[in-house]
Amino acid sequence: MYRIRFHGRGGQGIKTAGRILGTAFFEEGFEVQDAPIYGAERRGAPMFAYVRAARAPIQERGVITHPDLVVVADETLVPVPAANLMLGVTADTVLLLNSGETPDTWRQRLNTGATVIALPVADAITDRAALPHIGTRCTGAAARLLGVISRAALERALRTELRALDDASLKANLDEAFRAFDAMAAHEGVVHEGAAISARAYEAPDWTDLPFEPARVAAPDIFAPATSVQVRTGLWRTMRPVIDYAHCHRCVWVCSTLCPDSAIHVRADGAPEIDYEHCKGCLVCAAVCPPHAIQAVPEHEAAKIEAGGAG
Amino acid sequence: MNRQLLTGNAAAAWGARLAQVDYVPAFPITPQTEIIETLARWFERGEMTGRLTMLESEHSMVTAAAAAAATGVRVFTATSSQGLLYAMEMVFTVPGWRAPFVLVNVSRGLASPITLESDHNDVLATRDSGFLQVHCATCQEVLDHVLLAYRIAEDSRVRLPVIVNLDGFTLSFTREPVDLPAAEAVQQFLPPFDPQNVRFRASKPVSQAVAVLAGSPYSYFRYETHLAAQQALSVLDEIAEQFFQAFGRRTGPLATYRSEDADMVFVMIGAGATKACEAADRLREAGVAAGVVRPRWLRPYPAAALRAALAGKKAVAVIDQDLSMGQGGVLHAELAAALYGMPNAPMLASIIGGLGGRNIPPEEFYEIAKRMLGFAARGETPPPQLLFTERELRQVRKLQAIAVVERKELGEKP
Repeated sequence: MYRIRFHGRGGQGIKTAGRILGTAFFEEGFEVQDAPIYGAERRGAPMFAYVRAARAPIQERGVITHPDLVVVADETLVPVPAANLMLGVTADTVLLLNSGETPDTWRQRLNTGATVIALPVADAITDRAALPHIGTRCTGAAARLLGVISRAALERALRTELRALDDASLKANLDEAFRAFDAMAAHEGVVHEGAAISARAYEAPDWTDLPFEPARVAAPDIFAPATSVQVRTGLWRTMRPVIDYAHCHRCVWVCSTLCPDSAIHVRADGAPEIDYEHCKGCLVCAAVCPPHAIQAVPEHEAAKIEAGGAG
Repeated sequence: MNRQLLTGNAAAAWGARLAQVDYVPAFPITPQTEIIETLARWFERGEMTGRLTMLESEHSMVTAAAAAAATGVRVFTATSSQGLLYAMEMVFTVPGWRAPFVLVNVSRGLASPITLESDHNDVLATRDSGFLQVHCATCQEVLDHVLLAYRIAEDSRVRLPVIVNLDGFTLSFTREPVDLPAAEAVQQFLPPFDPQNVRFRASKPVSQAVAVLAGSPYSYFRYETHLAAQQALSVLDEIAEQFFQAFGRRTGPLATYRSEDADMVFVMIGAGATKACEAADRLREAGVAAGVVRPRWLRPYPAAALRAALAGKKAVAVIDQDLSMGQGGVLHAELAAALYGMPNAPMLASIIGGLGGRNIPPEEFYEIAKRMLGFAARGETPPPQLLFTERELRQVRKLQAIAVVERKELGEKP
């Protein structure tokens, strides 16, 4: 059975990526199970999707704890414990990272014996309105690494799962998926089908008996005020709103009130200021700004400009 | 044959569509919402006839469902978790109306603390309501049991509402290959509802489910509902056979997997049971004769079938994805009652696992099987066990360490 886990953030197309790969396997005659797992639906929050594919009906369910392929669509998830990227990764696992860093760098950073492959991030995006199609890129690459999904099956799956898109968006996704599919030609078939999980020799669970603890310890309470400030939800952002102060009318009631995360403050001089530590990049402010003075910039572009500015 | 990848939610919606339901009162809640979104789209496009109405709460939704059912039309509705509990007053009220309809529940853990993934305490809270309830293990079973549920509910020997339960995430958002039966074949198996005397109409007053204000008539009506629920067991057998003839898939109150010659049996309901089946295959490769017994229907409770399936086994482990605080696993207690006094009863152990969607990895099934056979060999019954690891406790301790810092900052005793 092939066991594949995709890790990304809400809004990157990871649920769809899993579905495309699932449908592609199904097109190739496999039995398939695919599913996303996420908490309260939030753009930018860590989530994952998994795909199982086999020649016989599948009885396994839920979290994949013995992955053959782990696809990391967003390298900022590496230090996030909730993302649990490395769960069950062994020397037999292939780790595909959507990253500009080299495989060697990731092998060292993660201290892993897994086969690490980097899918170089897309070239600098010139059209700021263009989306990077991260999910479809990762699916295209994963399909080639598996070696059992033909280009034709991948295309049928993309057309099935993206049928709601307009022609231009569909074409952009197809192009991106095939570019990634072609880029991985040297690694075709590097992922091997995992064996059944043996009951002869296995690592016994480290079960423990829960001790009784009094309610002052065991009630699910948070007493400290304003703890949500500690959660840097700015890390979830895929698109960054940037205020063009030359055109800003200082009609701050609009953006600062409508920001659903209270992440726009009013400075002493009456101008709005975005708190990037907590702005999730929903772009409500950009949509409502009367003088159109808030632009949306892809986060990795904005980060690059920042880094350049600092250097 | 039309075989498609469908989520459990989409399979439930297809069940309603193929059953040609007339009315869908609805209210959204995670992880059920995809069901009503799918149906709303089909109604809007004219691919389904009838009406979907958004109510202002689940309490009203269940009231509307039963009131519509009392007019003799076919009604479908769906909810989950807190939504089911919010409707609870009406969930206990409407079975007494003896008007049949189908409610799909997508199981999700109950607050507190709040969570989203699967857990059976929500649907088990309806256990004593008079609704019949069936638990699905695959997306195919979801579709099949929506159809079966209408046949059972509408049967004149039963005439009770039915809850079709599927696990949140593990089925609701999980796609699997599902055989979509042809509409004509479904119409043959499930013809339009013949409501007989279920005919509430405008300008034709009927007082339904009237007050009795005395124990004797109350006892009569309540016990008649119980007898109807019990009657459903034989009706189920009959309809399951018809379903097999029509669609070639075996259903029925109990699913067994390699249990006939098993020494050790896992008892589970819902999607988690397929993992137990996978574990049984692997355990057999390792020389352990394991099997699985999965009650599909919990109400009516298939006690006789369970006794027959478990007689003479060395060890039975009930894995409850639910918890009755101060008592333990609900399924374990029910099974213990069913097996009590049976001469060749197996050692019966209680495991609590999968609360709030907590994963049960294969290694835990293997270890449970081995340990249970060890206990049985020594003639012992182990105490109830929560599946919980040192690693999970470390995770909780980390959160608690933060809480201690909070309390110090607030000037309280840590």
